[in-house]
Amino acid sequence: MSEFEKKENKAKQGTLLAWFDKRYPLVSTWNEHVGEYYAPKNFNFWYFFGSLALLVLVNQLVTGVWLTMSYKPSAAEAFNSIEYIMRDVDWGWLIRYMHSTGASAFFIVVYLHMMRGLLYGSYKEPRELVWIIGMLLFLVLMAEAFMGYLLPWGQMSYWGAQVIISLFGAIPVVGPDLALWVRGDFIISDVTLNRFFALHVIALPLVLLILVFMHIVALHQVGSNNPDGVEIKKIKNDKGLPMDGIPFHPYYSVKDSMGAVFFITLFAIVMFYMPEGGGYFLEPPNFEPANPLKTPDHIAPVWYFTPFYAILRAIPDKFLGVVAMGGAIAVLFAMPWLDRCKVKSIRYRGLSFKLLLTMFVVSFVVLGWLGTQPATPELTKLAQIFTALYFMFFLVLPFTSKNEKTKPVPERVQ
Amino acid sequence: MSTEEQSGSSVNLQRRKILTGATGVVGATGATFLAVPFVSSWQPSEKAKAAGAPVNADISQLQPGQMLTVAWRGKPVWIVRRTPDMINGLAPLDQELRDPASEKSEQPQYCQNSTRAINSEYLVVVGVCTHLGCAPLYRPAIGSPDVGADWQGGFFCPCHGSRFDLAGRVFQSVPAPTNLEIPPHHYLSDSVIRIGEDATEGEA
Repeated sequence: MSEFEKKENKAKQGTLLAWFDKRYPLVSTWNEHVGEYYAPKNFNFWYFFGSLALLVLVNQLVTGVWLTMSYKPSAAEAFNSIEYIMRDVDWGWLIRYMHSTGASAFFIVVYLHMMRGLLYGSYKEPRELVWIIGMLLFLVLMAEAFMGYLLPWGQMSYWGAQVIISLFGAIPVVGPDLALWVRGDFIISDVTLNRFFALHVIALPLVLLILVFMHIVALHQVGSNNPDGVEIKKIKNDKGLPMDGIPFHPYYSVKDSMGAVFFITLFAIVMFYMPEGGGYFLEPPNFEPANPLKTPDHIAPVWYFTPFYAILRAIPDKFLGVVAMGGAIAVLFAMPWLDRCKVKSIRYRGLSFKLLLTMFVVSFVVLGWLGTQPATPELTKLAQIFTALYFMFFLVLPFTSKNEKTKPVPERVQ
Repeated sequence: MSTEEQSGSSVNLQRRKILTGATGVVGATGATFLAVPFVSSWQPSEKAKAAGAPVNADISQLQPGQMLTVAWRGKPVWIVRRTPDMINGLAPLDQELRDPASEKSEQPQYCQNSTRAINSEYLVVVGVCTHLGCAPLYRPAIGSPDVGADWQGGFFCPCHGSRFDLAGRVFQSVPAPTNLEIPPHHYLSDSVIRIGEDATEGEA
């Protein structure tokens, strides 16, 4: 156990630690969030992804700072400066691949983290704010990834940004002016690149860090959920500690470290042997410099945006397409209120929820695949069907969940 | 601090509320004014606004059915030399189009006609999809399987599958809302088109 963990939350008199502790709440902060933060003892595989997301965030921040040292945020130099990093800067290729692979890894980890929330009802009372702050994080992460993708100034960077910024143009009345304002020019240009760089390296990372902090503070206020979906705070021992809880450190710090080792191994394999991720992490057209006069024959966003992109394409109306795409994300914010079942974990929920959630996950994955494919009439039909199924989940859930036939939930974790 | 103040008996809460409110209002006004430079600095700069000069395109080498791309304001502008078959093929498509008479689309007055051109042989059109701004592909061949079996030639946007005919008119049930934009242009001679300004009024 750590030397910080002392009874009565105080450091021993006369030590250096005591000197600090008098001037900064070191011991009490450590205890509240790590040393004496009691988490349910039954965390499984799904509970790795929160700490892994934090690990990837650190990877992105560190490699990002190093990339900034050699990257030039101008339309004339950006593409070449990436090539310079890849070829001439010592170990530049590694740092760049750590960052680009890290971006995809971030979304893999975050999607699994969100899936965990859906499986075990972690968005339900009293954790609504944890979920909402998490959704905000997801939103900012998407903006961060999108702006980062423009920086290499390749063909896909350019046309991806062209499409996404044009989305704003679909808003009635103010749309075109808004798109112009975001671009800062009549087309995507040096101006756009330069401001995206500023947002990508300063503004959005700051917002991300603040939101991560709030996400954890909110979580520690209400306590972690678990695969059984029972509140461990309800049953406490004579010391007032939850019977089914164990301190985060050393129990989960060790468990998460082990998860991190597995993750880093997988990450390294991808980074060293398939850094382009089969054309999904770094897309082939992005190895050509941006050409404002020619769109690549087949453009698709990076894989983590494709489910929403497929929804956009499925609707044969410009404005409604944008509304549907935005709605697909926005509706997730309402999950705590759309799901009216009191039982949290899928382990004790009825068949209707299991079927609905399966339908939702299948449509999300199929839409993700469709978003990578060209828009042929047949595939567009398919995208429309799965878009309908995607929204069906949120539409049907409030009705089926109200009187769901659930199994008895145990008092304590199993 | 006197004991009186500490006990709160002489604190005028009403006055404190008004002062707090007034400070809030003044502060909010100040913050709004302060936001102006930050928001405005995202608008196109004077330099960006100035970069819109007209360009000339030499069409003397253009063969029937061929397309030429020139850059105007950083956007692609296409010049297609249409064959008589292509021009004759336009009118029968009217039923399948969203805006066949170009009533809701952007073009100069002199191009709001059946071929959307000054000289029907040459289509001059901004090659930017009216959906989300991709550059559509020129697909003049009839009946391309990936675009549709009854394809009569036109433009196909690879991004979201919007289709346009050889006058840049949009088909029904595709995401693009309007026809492709026709830029202001005029003929300096039989073989030179000036893109970016009208014939009479000067720069558009």
